Amino acid sequence: MSDTSFVRTEMLPQKAPPVTAVGAIGWARANLFSGWFNSVLTILGLLAVYFVLSGVLPWMFLSVWHASSLNECREIMEATWGETSGHACWAVIKERWVQLLFGFYPSELYWRPVLAFVLLIVAVAPVLFPGAPRKFFYVTAVYPFVMPWLMWGGTIWGPLLVAAGLAIGFFAQRFLLPIVGSLASLIIAVLASVIWWLFLVGPLAGALGSVLNIGLEPVISRNFGGFMLSILIGVVAIGCSLPIGIVLALGRQSDLLIVKAICVGFIEFIRGVPLITLLFVASTLLNIFLPPGTEFDIILRVLIMVTLFASAYMAEVVRGGLAALPKGQYEGADSLGLDYWQSQRLIIMPQALKISIPGIVSTFIGVFKDTTLVSIIGLLDPLGLATAIRADSDWNGIYWELFAFIAFLFFIFCFSMSRYSMYLERRLKTTH
Amino acid sequence: MTTLTDPPKETFRLSMLIYDTRYRSMTIQCVALIGFMLLAAWIINNTLVNLNTLGKPIDFGFFSEPASYDINQRLLDYNSRDSHLRASFMGLLNTLLVAALGCVAATIVGVLVGVLRLSKNWLVARIMTVYVETFRNVPVLLWIVLAMAIMIESLPAPNEFRGDTPTATMNLFDSVAVTNRGIYIPEPLFSRSLGNLHVLGESSLRFDVSLDLILLLIVLGASIFLIRRNTARANAIQEATGVRPTTWYINLGVLLVPTLVVLIALGFHLGYPELKGFNFRGGTYMRNSLIALWLALSLYTAAFIAEIVRGGILAISKGQTEAAGALGLRPGRIMSLVILPQALRVIIPPLISNYLNLTKNSSLAIAVGYMDITGTLGGITMNQTGRELECVLLLMLVYLTISLSISGVMNWYNNRVKLVER
Repeated sequence: MSDTSFVRTEMLPQKAPPVTAVGAIGWARANLFSGWFNSVLTILGLLAVYFVLSGVLPWMFLSVWHASSLNECREIMEATWGETSGHACWAVIKERWVQLLFGFYPSELYWRPVLAFVLLIVAVAPVLFPGAPRKFFYVTAVYPFVMPWLMWGGTIWGPLLVAAGLAIGFFAQRFLLPIVGSLASLIIAVLASVIWWLFLVGPLAGALGSVLNIGLEPVISRNFGGFMLSILIGVVAIGCSLPIGIVLALGRQSDLLIVKAICVGFIEFIRGVPLITLLFVASTLLNIFLPPGTEFDIILRVLIMVTLFASAYMAEVVRGGLAALPKGQYEGADSLGLDYWQSQRLIIMPQALKISIPGIVSTFIGVFKDTTLVSIIGLLDPLGLATAIRADSDWNGIYWELFAFIAFLFFIFCFSMSRYSMYLERRLKTTH
Repeated sequence: MTTLTDPPKETFRLSMLIYDTRYRSMTIQCVALIGFMLLAAWIINNTLVNLNTLGKPIDFGFFSEPASYDINQRLLDYNSRDSHLRASFMGLLNTLLVAALGCVAATIVGVLVGVLRLSKNWLVARIMTVYVETFRNVPVLLWIVLAMAIMIESLPAPNEFRGDTPTATMNLFDSVAVTNRGIYIPEPLFSRSLGNLHVLGESSLRFDVSLDLILLLIVLGASIFLIRRNTARANAIQEATGVRPTTWYINLGVLLVPTLVVLIALGFHLGYPELKGFNFRGGTYMRNSLIALWLALSLYTAAFIAEIVRGGILAISKGQTEAAGALGLRPGRIMSLVILPQALRVIIPPLISNYLNLTKNSSLAIAVGYMDITGTLGGITMNQTGRELECVLLLMLVYLTISLSISGVMNWYNNRVKLVER
């Protein structure tokens, strides 16, 4: 009997996987060339990427930074590369970027919008990130009064007295609560504040200003422009539209027929018309709707209309969140004995708003992008300024560099907002 | 022994209007209604007083006055002697034209991008992500003016097509001319035409209906009816015998033959654009502003639609595909019978609101000089006549009507495909 054994007695060493299945080649085979169709797609994709990049990259980086006019730019291009097309003239951005950011705001006062922007970041930080110091909330509280003062300037008494109106309302409510009951005290407090704002703030501010004139140099609205204007409109519309939108959504969901009808009518009307028609209303009609002789500036009118516009969209987003809550949540809140506002505040809204975060943020992004529409009614937002810069004989005929710069800045803002919404969704996710 | 006492007799007190939940809602509603009516009355009163001061009471008479401005892209006949109403009507048709073109293009691109973004191909998925993020995060107005700038700056002028050695040539076998003034494409012509039907005589809303087109539509409709009959017959045979008769060649024949016969009978041919003088003549002309608006709106909206489509497909759990496969369905049928009907339910409501957004965004045409309803009624007519109130309110009414009708039709469709729950 031979000692030939047909059964292997020792283990073979493990073989390395085939080179086509691991590493870069394996990855490429799995992700790029897994079939003839995918291979064709990959090659088409590579061609498209090459086509785009071969045009954009030289244009972007082989460019002219130092020139004072488009013609000078072209001369430099001609001297350097022997052609004028295919190279960007970033000199226009270098010369005009300040204008694209601030419009015609007086240059010695640039610190004011910059400070307002920095304060804005401080003010929204505690709202956006739980890690931010809680003390920042004080900044959030005073920001609505400080921001207009910084931007428009004027006497400090105006914003102080407006803030005092809130305090008056608050203390009136506190003081009257034991005497006349909750509802009556609330109504009286609101009335007191409104009367204070409408009739007393103006004369009082004037009087105080003549006694002790503390203030900043006023800046008229006509000088506002550039990204400062876009951010101003965006922030005000975003800030005001969320509370108004929540109220509208609650009205639309309520059992009160008339309240519901008013809310539905408002929301559907605003959502049914384009923003540009509302801006026409702001620029031509709003003065007609108000008492004779009322004159207030175009930016304020635009702010009002954009806020109304954003509120209607916000209301629909919040309504979606309210509708998505299971009925048991409403019934549970009722069975705990909470009244309407308590159950909204403690049970319904926290969940509904959480569900609607993606919608809220995309409404914010939409509103911020829509601020460019004000250029159509003649305000100098970045797009309006681009036209103004082109009207200058030095830069007549320059398009792509300005558009690229504006698009880049908008992209930064909107993209970071959408990333933030994803972060917030992850943070608030309570499921496993 | 206990006696039943009557419940305490309720006397109505005024304070119950506030503190009794049975009456409180009535109180709140009355207050809201009164407040709303007071606000409306205040605004209307202010408006009337202001308009009286300005000396222009509300009056729609200006609509019958001659518009005396030209509309460079129009679907019907119009000249500057026509009335403002006719001009607004042209604008409305232009709005509907760009909205319809935009919705179709945005849907096609959007669905394609949405599906490709889910592709297993890494490179293609990344490219589509970049496309979606770029277009979604930059204002649509910027895309519109950018597209217009590209049209004007980088396309050849008509005179570059001229001469013995032209620097530009026409595309697609000399049938399409792409110039910086717009795009000229071949137009359908009938040498033995049946003529036009003039509707509404000489009024401002007059329009012509091509009898050729009506005939074609009737023939096509009849063909489709026959095809459905044929398919129903095939289904009946399949259910009875288990064998499905082949239907495709009959269907194809029924669809094509009558239409071709009618086209030949009417003498169908294409009219090609030709360079005459300083510009092209003949063919259908699509102005550069229309093309720019169309491109920008559809690419912008397509980015949103892509996300909706992607979300809709991702919302269908993998178990559905596997279960359908376990039933023995082929991949094509899995898609058309199981995945798509369910995904459509998720996709359609946001798709509707994106169509609405596109229609409303088409009002930005005013930025590139395309004469839509905003450019005519809300632009030149308003500036010429100085009737801001009438023009803006009518403009809003028109958009409101368009929006409500689109959402009405789409909601009806949505209700049809909606899941019927117990």
